[in-house]
Amino acid sequence: MIVSNIEIIPGRTVSKHLGMVQGNTVRAKHAGKDIMAGFKNIFGGELKSYTELLQEAREEAVARMLEQAKAIGANAVLNVRFSTSSIAAGAAELFAYGTAVILADEA
Amino acid sequence: MYYQLILFIALVSVGFVFGRHAEQKHFKSILQREQSYAALLTFSMRFPPPELEIRDSALVAGNVVISVDYFKRIAAGLRSFFGGRVAVYESLIERARREAILRMKEAAMAQGASMIINVKLETASISKGAEGQVGAVEVYAYGTALVTPDTPAFTEVVLNQ
Repeated sequence: MIVSNIEIIPGRTVSKHLGMVQGNTVRAKHAGKDIMAGFKNIFGGELKSYTELLQEAREEAVARMLEQAKAIGANAVLNVRFSTSSIAAGAAELFAYGTAVILADEA
Repeated sequence: MYYQLILFIALVSVGFVFGRHAEQKHFKSILQREQSYAALLTFSMRFPPPELEIRDSALVAGNVVISVDYFKRIAAGLRSFFGGRVAVYESLIERARREAILRMKEAAMAQGASMIINVKLETASISKGAEGQVGAVEVYAYGTALVTPDTPAFTEVVLNQ
């Protein structure tokens, strides 16, 4: 499965458009991490645990998007966009969406 | 009462000293890495230059979460009372953005790419800095890394520096 955030794949042609696919996940931080982050809020600096948490969450969102794309028979997802929103205090939604397509075999 | 005041002053000064130290160290590392990755160009254009021969492309991304410190929070609070530029937060977000771009570049170099196009930046505030909550900013940078025939030599140069 090819994932790209541009509308074309160099050297390949799109043979069929299958419409939009999306994947999301909502994550909450666990208390231990939150306490550590509370300390960091006094000293400043990078919150590594949050960086990792959000990265993992995004990978999860992409994986769900790809699952959906696979189910409708796509072999690539183009023009992928990411979006983040905080729904409630302590929880964030990560959202990935793109256009599922079937690419013709390499020329 | 006195105890609270002393605690407040202690937190502000700890935030000022450690926060400033962390920021200066971070900016130094950012500048250094920006120089060594300078040859890997990033573009916000959607399409590659038409004459470019492309071997491969990949979605690459980098993210970072940076926390505010106590001093910044108080300084910004005062600022929102008087109005004007909140310089303490400007530098915080700038740091996060440049760091995220650098991490994206590192991911692109691991793929052996020579340029990144269609770069998008996304900023999210975690918990919006509400009372008793963690105040932090996340920046996510993503784009399409392109591998071109002259790439391997280039990647070696950068990684050997």
